[in-house]
Amino acid sequence: MSEPAPDLRVKLGALELSNPVMVASGTFGYGPEYANLVDIDRLGALVVKGIRMQPTTGNSTPRAVEVASGMINAIGLPGPGVEGFIETYIPFLETHTVPVIVNIWGCTIEEYGEVAARLDQVDRVDALELNVSCPNIKQGSTMFGTHPEMVEQVVRHVRERTRKTIIPKLAPNVADVPRFAQICEGAGADAISLINSVPAMAIDIETRRPMLANTTGGLTGPAIHPIAVKQVWEAAGAVSIPVIGMGGIVSAKEAIEFMIAGATAVAVGTANFSDPTVSLDVIDGIAEYLSRHGMRSVNELIGSIDLRKG
Amino acid sequence: MKTDLSKRAMRAERAVVTRHELLYGEYRVLQMHVPAVARAVQPGQFVHLEIPGLDDAILRRPFSVFKADDAMLSVLYKPVGKGTRAMTSIRVDDEISLIGPLGHGFPTSHDVAKPVLVAGGYGMAALYLVACALKSSGTIFMGGRSAGDILCVDEFEAIDWDVRIATEDGSRGTRGFVTVALDEYVAGLPDAREVEYFACGPNAMLKAVCDRALANDQKAWLSVDRHMGCGVGACLVCVQRIRDPESRNGDWHWERVCSEGPVFESREIVWDDDE
Repeated sequence: MSEPAPDLRVKLGALELSNPVMVASGTFGYGPEYANLVDIDRLGALVVKGIRMQPTTGNSTPRAVEVASGMINAIGLPGPGVEGFIETYIPFLETHTVPVIVNIWGCTIEEYGEVAARLDQVDRVDALELNVSCPNIKQGSTMFGTHPEMVEQVVRHVRERTRKTIIPKLAPNVADVPRFAQICEGAGADAISLINSVPAMAIDIETRRPMLANTTGGLTGPAIHPIAVKQVWEAAGAVSIPVIGMGGIVSAKEAIEFMIAGATAVAVGTANFSDPTVSLDVIDGIAEYLSRHGMRSVNELIGSIDLRKG
Repeated sequence: MKTDLSKRAMRAERAVVTRHELLYGEYRVLQMHVPAVARAVQPGQFVHLEIPGLDDAILRRPFSVFKADDAMLSVLYKPVGKGTRAMTSIRVDDEISLIGPLGHGFPTSHDVAKPVLVAGGYGMAALYLVACALKSSGTIFMGGRSAGDILCVDEFEAIDWDVRIATEDGSRGTRGFVTVALDEYVAGLPDAREVEYFACGPNAMLKAVCDRALANDQKAWLSVDRHMGCGVGACLVCVQRIRDPESRNGDWHWERVCSEGPVFESREIVWDDDE
């Protein structure tokens, strides 16, 4: 007799996912980019690239550089704007069943609210991730993400404009991550996600010029994974809402590590670029791990870290 | 974005290496058995390879397709950077993860009065399928630093193309940039407007071809080279400024080299100031 397959379902506020593995904003486009390579309906959720009210062009090139165990990017959040997103991508997403989380951003608190209110009317959108922490936008989001009062106001304002699940995405470059997590919880967030990319820079030593047109960017990939594990662990210990862990997942191992640290769900990011089906392997790897450890539900894994000495 | 990404022929395959050897000087040919992709390749498209043994480098590497038939696909490369140096240890029978075919290549089904290919470096390999696909043969201009950088001459001559060579050090063909030889050729034509360019090589060379196409009222299809992340249109790293077709005041937008490109017509491209 074989054991039944472990139960992988998790909940983020009112939103139930068939499994805890999502793809991170900015690494999977809006869905069609990977649809001929990946069965996207097997994903726990699809987090689409950041959307604001108006279309945005993004930064000049070069926009990214590969570094040891990661890449630094400064794409600059180009996108079609909220109406362009609805018109261009919702028809495609309606042919699929994967839960859709839209990453939103703005240059003012009011703009976050406007985008949220517009997407609140779109049935196909299941949740909103609030990007208060992109390091590549000069006058907007970085400021929000590193100022507790601003984060609180953004979350509170969006909360008033939508009944959908809202998930603020936190910056890693603050002194006190648990405090930010608690502020989000207090302002009405249903879950939080972290970490965003880590502010970083690379210089061409021959020309002595920055490798990116934007001079600085955000580091992603395996290089940031241990930083993310620590911050996810701290955040999960500080709040009772679910935490979504991301940063450097390349296999089931890193995802399981996040969940042991306290993450309810995880998001695969930069690894999608080299291995488009890696998220599906992570799902299978988590199921295999649960079976091997005699766990019937993924919920037994969440926060199961053993901190006893020796 | 004008491309309907969900209708592409691309797929992810395990390609089995069938041949890997020095072909010209330091240039190597890597041939793989990957029928589903090889069959679908159009001239100017590329494939994205996961290079084994790249250690802490995390991205795939894009390669123009040199040759493709019903079963085999090959790329040509020279070990210059981290990725291409690691490639040299790939052995016959190894399996490599390959995504392709990717991008929009060169148009080849229309009538071209005087096809002129302009190639630099690995561009000589990338244009071979274009030469094969065009309805009539023409002239290819190959440029390189020295004789060792001139590739595939026999291949082009075997399909009746007129091969003109230029090297910067004069070790083979005309001395100087490829455009010196090209300008002489075009100046000798009764009607220069009949020329249609198909070019692949360094961006500086493409820009030079672009300038000539605009000055002489010619068409030029240019395969643009940009740093690439995902290769499939998601990361928005490899973008190129493209002129808004209706605009009279120089408005432009970004298009993805991996998806809308890599081939653009010269009039579409807005070059960066330092190009």
